[in-house]
Amino acid sequence: MKSWKTGIWLFGVNLYISTFTFGGGYIVIPMIRKIFVQQKQLFTESELLEMAAIAQSSPGAIAVNLSVLAGRRTLGLAGALISAVGAVLPSFIILALISSCYDAFRTQPVINACLKGMEAGVAALIVQLVYEMSAAILKQKQTLHSLILPVTFFCGFILEIPAMTLLLFWAGLSLVLSFLDYRRARA
Amino acid sequence: MNLILELFFTFLKIGLFSIGGGYATLPLIQQQAVVVHPWLTLQEFTDIITLSQMTPGPLAVNTSTFVGMRLAGMAGAIAATGGCVLCGILISLGLQRFFRRNGDQKAVLHLLETLKSASVGLIAASAATIVLIALFGVSSWKQPLQFNGTALILFALSLAAIVKGKLGPVPLLILSALAGCFLYL
Repeated sequence: MKSWKTGIWLFGVNLYISTFTFGGGYIVIPMIRKIFVQQKQLFTESELLEMAAIAQSSPGAIAVNLSVLAGRRTLGLAGALISAVGAVLPSFIILALISSCYDAFRTQPVINACLKGMEAGVAALIVQLVYEMSAAILKQKQTLHSLILPVTFFCGFILEIPAMTLLLFWAGLSLVLSFLDYRRARA
Repeated sequence: MNLILELFFTFLKIGLFSIGGGYATLPLIQQQAVVVHPWLTLQEFTDIITLSQMTPGPLAVNTSTFVGMRLAGMAGAIAATGGCVLCGILISLGLQRFFRRNGDQKAVLHLLETLKSASVGLIAASAATIVLIALFGVSSWKQPLQFNGTALILFALSLAAIVKGKLGPVPLLILSALAGCFLYL
C-alpha cells in the first residue's frame, strides 16, 4: 500500500473505530482485530495481544493507546500520529454537534433505549473477546501464565484490587523470577 | 490562556496516573476537577460522566473533552484531551519499542508474556463488571442484584450472533441499538 493512501486509510479507520466505541474502550480490540488482523493482515493475532497488553499497562485510555500502537505498526510514527488524531476526533465532532442541547439529548427516550440495547451487545462482545484471548494464553500451557489469568481476574473483580497494583505486582514477580533464573544459570 | 495551560497540565497528571482502563481515569478527574480545582460541581461532573458513556469514543477521552469544553471552549477541550492521552501514547510507544528491540532476551520476553496474561485477566474483570451492569444493574458484586431478563435475552442473542453468525462488532452494535429501541421504548 502506498504511503499516502495508507495514511488516509488509517485516519479513516480510526475515525470509524472511535465512532463506534461504546461502553468503555475495550471493544476497540475486536474491531482492530477484524480490520487490521483479519481483513488487512497488517499484523498477527499474537502481535495484537502484545499491543493490547502494552496499551493496558500504559497509563491513559487503552483504546487510544492501542489505536496508536496499531498505527505505528502500519505506518511508523506518522501512522501513530494519524491514529492518535483519528481516535480522539469523533469526540470533538460529536461534542460540537450536541453542545447546544446536552439536556435534551441526555433525556431522549430513544437515546436511552438504544444505549440500553447496546449495553447488552457490548457485554457480549467483550465476553467473547475475553474467551478468545484466554484460550490463546491457556493454549500455550505455561503454568505461571495460565495461573496469572484467573488470579488476576479474582483479585480484580472479587477483591477489587486496583489494576495498577496488580500489574506492578506481576511485573515485579516476573523480574524476580528472571533474576533467580539468571543466578541459577550462572552457578 | 492560564486556564488552558492549567487544564493541559492537570490532565497530563491525570493521564499519567491512570493505569488500567477507561474507568481508572474517572476518580482522578473527579478529584482534580471537583475537589482540587473549583472547576465543576459534583453534579456537573456526574452529568458529564453520563454523557461520556452515551457518546461514542473512549470514556477517558470523552470525559476530558467535555470537561475541557465546559471550562474553556474548544481550546480547553483540546488542552484537556491532549494532556490526558499524551503520557499514555508516549509510554505505549516507548514500551513497544523496548519490547521489539529486546525481544530476544529471555527476561524481556517473560515480562511481556506476564503482562499479556495479567492484561487479559484485567479485561476479564472488566468484562464481568460490564456484564453485571448490563444484566444486573449494579457495578459491583457486593451490591444487591437487580436482574434484567430482557437484557439477558439480548445478551444471549448477541453472543450467538457473534459466535455462530460471525457478526462483526459494528453491525452488532447497530442491531443491538435497534433491538434496544424495540424492547425498551
